[in-house]
Amino acid sequence: MQKIGVFVCWCGSNIAGTVDVEAVSEAMKSVPGVVYSANYQYMCSAAGQKLIADAIHEHHLDGIVVASCSPRMHENTFRKTAEAAGLNPYMVEIANIREQCSWIHKDKEEGTAKAIVLARTAVAKLLHNKPLQAGTSAVTKRALVIGGGIAGIQTALDVADAGYEVDIVEQRPTIGGRMAQLDKTFPTLDCSACILTPKMVEASQNEKINIISYAKVEKVDGFVGNFKATIRKKARFVDETKCTGCSLCMSKCPSKKGKDEFNMEMNNRPAIYIPFAQAIPNVAVIDPEQCLKLKTGKCGLCEKVCTAGAINYKQQDELIEREYGAIVVATGFKPIDPSPLNEYGYADNADVITSLELERLMNAAGPTKGTLLRPSDLQHPHEIVFIQCVGSRCDENTKRGKPYCSKICCMYTAKHAMLIRDKYPDTKVHVFYIDVRTPGKNFDEFYRRAVEQYGVDYIKGMVGKVAKEGDKLMVRGSDLINNQQVEIAADLVVLATAIEPDPTARSIGTMLTASMDTNDFFTEAHAKLRPVESPTAGIFLSGVAQGPKDVPETVAQASAAAAKVIGLLAKDHLVTNPCVAYSNELLCNGCSQCEKVCPYGAITYIEKEVRGPGVREVRRIAQVNPAVCQGCGACTVTCPSGAMDLKGFANKQIMAEVDAICL
Amino acid sequence: MARIKQRAIELLSDGTVMRVIGWEKGEGNCDWSPALFENAAEMENFVYGDYAGANLSKYCLKFNRQEGKTLVVLKPCDTLSFRQLLHEHRIDREKFYVIGAGCKGMKDEKGGLLKCSACKGKEFEVYDEIIDDEEAQKTTALMDRMAGVIELEKMTAQERFDFWRGELSRCIRCNACRNVCPACSCIKCVFDNPASGVQSKAPVTDFEENMFHIIRAYHVAGRCTDCGECSRVCPQNIPLHLLNRKFIKDMNELYGDYQAGVGENERTPLTSYTKEDAEPGIVYERGNA
Amino acid sequence: MSVSNPNWKPKIVAFCCNWCSYAGADLAGSGRMAYPADVKIIRVPCSCRVNPLFILRAFERGADGVIMCGCHPGDCHYTSGNYFARRRMTMLFSMLDYLGIERGRTRVEWVSAAEGAKFSKTMNEFVKTIYDLGENRKLGDLRCKK
Repeated sequence: MQKIGVFVCWCGSNIAGTVDVEAVSEAMKSVPGVVYSANYQYMCSAAGQKLIADAIHEHHLDGIVVASCSPRMHENTFRKTAEAAGLNPYMVEIANIREQCSWIHKDKEEGTAKAIVLARTAVAKLLHNKPLQAGTSAVTKRALVIGGGIAGIQTALDVADAGYEVDIVEQRPTIGGRMAQLDKTFPTLDCSACILTPKMVEASQNEKINIISYAKVEKVDGFVGNFKATIRKKARFVDETKCTGCSLCMSKCPSKKGKDEFNMEMNNRPAIYIPFAQAIPNVAVIDPEQCLKLKTGKCGLCEKVCTAGAINYKQQDELIEREYGAIVVATGFKPIDPSPLNEYGYADNADVITSLELERLMNAAGPTKGTLLRPSDLQHPHEIVFIQCVGSRCDENTKRGKPYCSKICCMYTAKHAMLIRDKYPDTKVHVFYIDVRTPGKNFDEFYRRAVEQYGVDYIKGMVGKVAKEGDKLMVRGSDLINNQQVEIAADLVVLATAIEPDPTARSIGTMLTASMDTNDFFTEAHAKLRPVESPTAGIFLSGVAQGPKDVPETVAQASAAAAKVIGLLAKDHLVTNPCVAYSNELLCNGCSQCEKVCPYGAITYIEKEVRGPGVREVRRIAQVNPAVCQGCGACTVTCPSGAMDLKGFANKQIMAEVDAICL
Repeated sequence: MARIKQRAIELLSDGTVMRVIGWEKGEGNCDWSPALFENAAEMENFVYGDYAGANLSKYCLKFNRQEGKTLVVLKPCDTLSFRQLLHEHRIDREKFYVIGAGCKGMKDEKGGLLKCSACKGKEFEVYDEIIDDEEAQKTTALMDRMAGVIELEKMTAQERFDFWRGELSRCIRCNACRNVCPACSCIKCVFDNPASGVQSKAPVTDFEENMFHIIRAYHVAGRCTDCGECSRVCPQNIPLHLLNRKFIKDMNELYGDYQAGVGENERTPLTSYTKEDAEPGIVYERGNA
Repeated sequence: MSVSNPNWKPKIVAFCCNWCSYAGADLAGSGRMAYPADVKIIRVPCSCRVNPLFILRAFERGADGVIMCGCHPGDCHYTSGNYFARRRMTMLFSMLDYLGIERGRTRVEWVSAAEGAKFSKTMNEFVKTIYDLGENRKLGDLRCKK
């Protein structure tokens, strides 16, 4: 039988005013297991704690119940007291007789009776407590950043700055991401490349940063502090160490039918190409779908002209296995394809374009060298209609778009309108909008400048139809403020298309057991208080992968994620919460139900020889990784056999509490 | 029947399988029971036909870790249980040779089986080969399988209480329902485990007696294929399937149509959720109080 | 239903998740928002830790009402725990109803750490419901021994 001590706190008159503390401590003396019971004015004071410590020594107590304020207040205090007195800190239970008793009851008799039940319940639970030890696990001091856009670059730079190694895995042949495709950035109108490319160079030159481009993460095992990733580096058929980026091969390549992804496929590129002039790494890549040599075996021109001898048609995919302590998801976004939204006529009319396509048309390195020409006839457009919220803020039931606001469109549309009016004052610009949302520093001023200074015509209302008539696009919409239908004969229509997570996000989320919402954005550990962490320990979120955001917000979140990564990597060991689930292998069916409800991916299954009374056989059994488990207990209820239990809140402990309350 | 027997003997003889799980005749004409056959000679006693009502999939658990393959003869509805056991990683597909046996509805000494009156169809969820005699095809369900549940739901709470008290009070805790159920297949049942916290020191507690059937139904909810074996084997004729079907009906209504043991999805309604799920109070807004 | 024993006081078990509802109960306490002493709280890490077995056990041991409180859907400390708990409790309550047990002996309420007033109000309501229902006999009597 365990020896339990009960310590009833008066909390001055807070408890003693409505609870007869003497009667409670007296009543506890007759509860089975209790060998010592006392009461004192302030148990949390130094004198009160000494009283507890002395009793632990004197009466050789195995566990203590402190009947006092909420465990949320002083559980840790009394655990430390117990530990200092040589008792396991998890052999402490708190009976909350203040917040949940004395403070809410006025009748002293009633309060006393309830306090006795609460203390008795805590004793009943404590009789089933077991000493628990917090575990530790080592931390690999390297971070993996998935995605090499501005979010991934910023996180990597900050983590590297703190002295830790970072690998950036980027699926495209170059880092830079969406921001590299932008012409100017709001609200200051800096040229995007001018502020991004120095960061790209910085990342490539930082000796702590290792850029693995044209690659994807294929598999991730392990847990916080101890991840192991398998990365597939795709064959680019060009030796990265030899290629100088001279681009001679590009000019000689006879195949010119590849679509230029960087320019939103508005022009063609050779089969061997460097995505753009400032690409990092500045190394060519061969598109195996377009390369004549790889497809037919005939050609080999690039190999002949390459003075560096970098071309290697036999190059194979390479698998890299690396260990990481933390993983940052910075997988970014893509604009949706607006083709299914028939009313805008995107699929049928070359002159209906998306905003990102417009960025390329206005960029000096774009298909028109920065002169705004409409795609169909390369004529200068004189009347341009912008349509906002294309595929954003849609009724979920109609399945015609995204339910969320894409957040960046109001501002970039104002930017586009302003830039066009500035550069081509003869051009009329109309913007159809539902609301204009400008909650950001200097954002509303920016939008008002577009309206007041640049005379952009904002029309509140949606567009019902875009139809080609002659060489014009007839845009029919409603003007809700003037309560009339409007029709505009436009030369160019620009759709502010919704953005959605990169298509790779879902598979990466599954791989990392990081939860996602129904739109495939990664879910944060707490929407308000832990916005850059995934609920899965050791996984951090950077940029649009977590939700739509603009460049400054992305950079802020990227740095915040980096701070969290640095905080993790700075630790030599992680102390793990000992109140975690564990599976009794003699009872486990290996049925895989528990894994399905674990939000952290903490449960795996192994084949193991199980030995017990009359049992010796190989079985499939569940194993909980205590470093990953957060102790919610979802698995324990899913388990039909009761094999899965939770330390600190075990079935027996809770049952004992139930029994004691209902006694 | 002859074709199944012949084929099983072939597979035993050529070494494809090392044993056969099937049925053999009992003392009377109608009491066929599950049996194990390990060679051609033993196969003389193998039978298949009108009285092969028993669902053999649960017996696969016993042979999963044994040497060689085991042949198991499964009726269409039995294959759902087999699939569910696969979902739960309790058996390995490659350890079994499944003969899907055509079925035209099974009987016992009293006539057609209750479970067959709500036949779930003639599709085999899992099989290596199907042996289906032509006359043994396409019987259709004779009744809405939820009819019994709906009837109870229409009663007042007191009537329901009286109904169930009348039924459950006959329970003798023989555990036949548990032992036959392919979903109720824990290596050690919580009710048998003194360490579970559910069982008190005394061998039979009130809790066990009162709550056994609720907990049993709850533990198999989402995993029960509604094979109907529990009611078939109950010596006290307690309509236990009405408990399981209530869970099935509720889950279908609240969380979308679902049939355990069909398809590839291993998640049950109780290991999934949507953010828009109904609140528990909804059950108090339906039917009769 | 009439109360046969005039001295009868109900036994009510409240399972509260550590992060929201238990904190909500503390807030009710610090705000001195009274509710009857019949309610006794059991702290669990998350509503998903509440096994239907615990609830049945409570009834078996003589509880007259069991209420489970957790974080509001969407606010679970462990992201998804209360979503699973919601389905589990829905199924359990439906089964109890199907067996003819009085509605109202079981309840789920989502109470945040800021909702001390809601906690107190909920408990007052629940206790009143249980007083109206009277002693819990049916669960104990389900298997009538003649």
